[in-house]
Amino acid sequence: MAMTITEKILANHSNKKEAKPGDNLWIDVDVLMTHDVCGPGTFGIFKKEFGPGAKVWDRDKVVIIPDHYIFTSDKHARRNIEILRDFVKEQDLPHYYDVDSPRYKGVCHVALPEEGFTRPGEVLFGTDSHTCTAGAFGEFATGIGNTDAAFVLGTGKLWVKVPATMKFVFEGTLPKYLMAKDLILTAIGAVGVDGATYRTMEFSGSTIDAMSMEDRMTLCNMVIEAGGKNGICVPDATTIDYVRARTQKEFECFYNDDDAQYYSVHRFNVRDIEPTVAKPHSPDNKARVSEVAGTKLDRAYIGSCTGGKISDFVAAAEILRGQHVAIDTFIVPATTDVERAINTITVDGKTIMQVFRDAGCRIGEPSCAACLGGPTDTFGRLNGVEVCISTTNRNFPGRMGSPKSQVYLASPYTVAASAVKGVITNPREFFE
Amino acid sequence: MLKHIISGKAFVLGNDIDTDQIIPAAHLVYKLDDPEERKNYGAFALSGVPAAQSGLPVGGIPFIGEGTWQSEYTIVIGGKNFGCGSSREHAPVALNIAGIEAVVAESYARIFYRNSVDGGFVAPFETSEHLYREIRTGDDLTLDTQACTLENTTQRKTYALRPLGDIEAILRAGGVFNYARETGMIETK
Ligand code: SF4
Repeated sequence: MAMTITEKILANHSNKKEAKPGDNLWIDVDVLMTHDVCGPGTFGIFKKEFGPGAKVWDRDKVVIIPDHYIFTSDKHARRNIEILRDFVKEQDLPHYYDVDSPRYKGVCHVALPEEGFTRPGEVLFGTDSHTCTAGAFGEFATGIGNTDAAFVLGTGKLWVKVPATMKFVFEGTLPKYLMAKDLILTAIGAVGVDGATYRTMEFSGSTIDAMSMEDRMTLCNMVIEAGGKNGICVPDATTIDYVRARTQKEFECFYNDDDAQYYSVHRFNVRDIEPTVAKPHSPDNKARVSEVAGTKLDRAYIGSCTGGKISDFVAAAEILRGQHVAIDTFIVPATTDVERAINTITVDGKTIMQVFRDAGCRIGEPSCAACLGGPTDTFGRLNGVEVCISTTNRNFPGRMGSPKSQVYLASPYTVAASAVKGVITNPREFFE
Repeated sequence: MLKHIISGKAFVLGNDIDTDQIIPAAHLVYKLDDPEERKNYGAFALSGVPAAQSGLPVGGIPFIGEGTWQSEYTIVIGGKNFGCGSSREHAPVALNIAGIEAVVAESYARIFYRNSVDGGFVAPFETSEHLYREIRTGDDLTLDTQACTLENTTQRKTYALRPLGDIEAILRAGGVFNYARETGMIETK
């Protein structure tokens, strides 16, 4: 039977010859990731169900990355980190990235690839809805709840209903003013916030083939905003080079059969796409930047798993160099590696970090920070009626803090250009 | 454990009810293994739903009475994309603590759906009918989980629900752990 990449990975991990949409399969898990918000609940269920002396199924396959509520004095948040530490010690887990240690990383979905845990052909589950980011590497990756995660911790297995695949084909050379964020906001706007529920969103075409891994991650990160179960990109030399540079572990690439069946196919020529935003209060509330240009802003925010990677800051710096921001602008590197990179990479003889400082931006510590609001002392949190333009992935009411605030989602180019002008601004102005 | 017959009053909501409306993020701090603290999840269940949308078609109906943590309603009726947003398991847990046994909606966000089934918290039934336009908050309902029908005894109407399919065995067992024990996947405690 002809199969898609996702179907092949799921068949392979359940020892079946084939897998078709709708099949329920028990699959073997290669990596389970959890963080400070869901880890404690997961460990509690694990102990309750498997007994107080239970051991995790495979120490080497559990990855724990605190990232959500880190630089805060909130006492519940601190208590969560203590629970992670105790569990790691008790289970003797090697892959833990402790706060206040040189191993500290930051946002889990960016840290996983950096540390070599995202590999083609594998199955990755995480207790976070944006675990789908790792589909960029040609693997099956999706978010689960605490009960499911506790089940995986004890057994290394989980049931999955095989999703049908929706194919999103992008053709053409990406114009200078567009980024992966514009493409995914366009795709979500086309199908709606539940347009891909239970399904796979697969990204292909010449535009995707030419993209870096970070840009493919931006696409797969936001499939959950269309309700998708997983996102996936076809692995190629770009994927293999990235992964090989970070892990010695063997992996197997899977590809679509020529006559594989798709639920639907959506084609875009990037020449027809304009810089795009999602207006408050939904990621599918799409508009061209030109339609909302001039909207008055109080704040700009560049960070998170989808918009706080190295290439996102390189893009922002292209616009911000030699400029000064007109509104409060917050820069939050996703991880410590990203932070190191922006302290090293230079434009016009200055580090990107210096460009941001000279432009008057405020720089935060690597973590999720205000992407999901967090405790009131969180860096960049919207505590009032602010209007913010942000490179993050969700703009539901109250997502970045106060329910009275408003959030526009956009690419790093658009956010940086808007920061300079203080109103929503088309980045094309900076390239023409 | 999924009952054969679930009966009680309907609480009706619209489309795109996200997990922040089901249980706002500020309330995720209570300990679930503390019998007193966990009641807070019931007390604040559905507290993020804007007042005008709470208890359709009239609206303005509180899901939980003042000073209580258990609801007088048993079945939640929703529209499309029920449970979207963050992956918090506290959402089906809060409904369960408040006394909800089943949700009937047109579609679910998949993480909410999985969490409901695998934790055995609430039974998520799907229907192709736009029930939230027909059923009124407070109507008496009888849900037959084997025949997959929903009877509105107040309005004397019966609707077909989609069969649960493969998840039925997990729901009947009371969640994924019980199911795995029953089928010998994991050892019984
Ligand atoms: S950066 Fe935002 S979206 Fe990403 S994991 Fe953190 S809170 Fe979630």
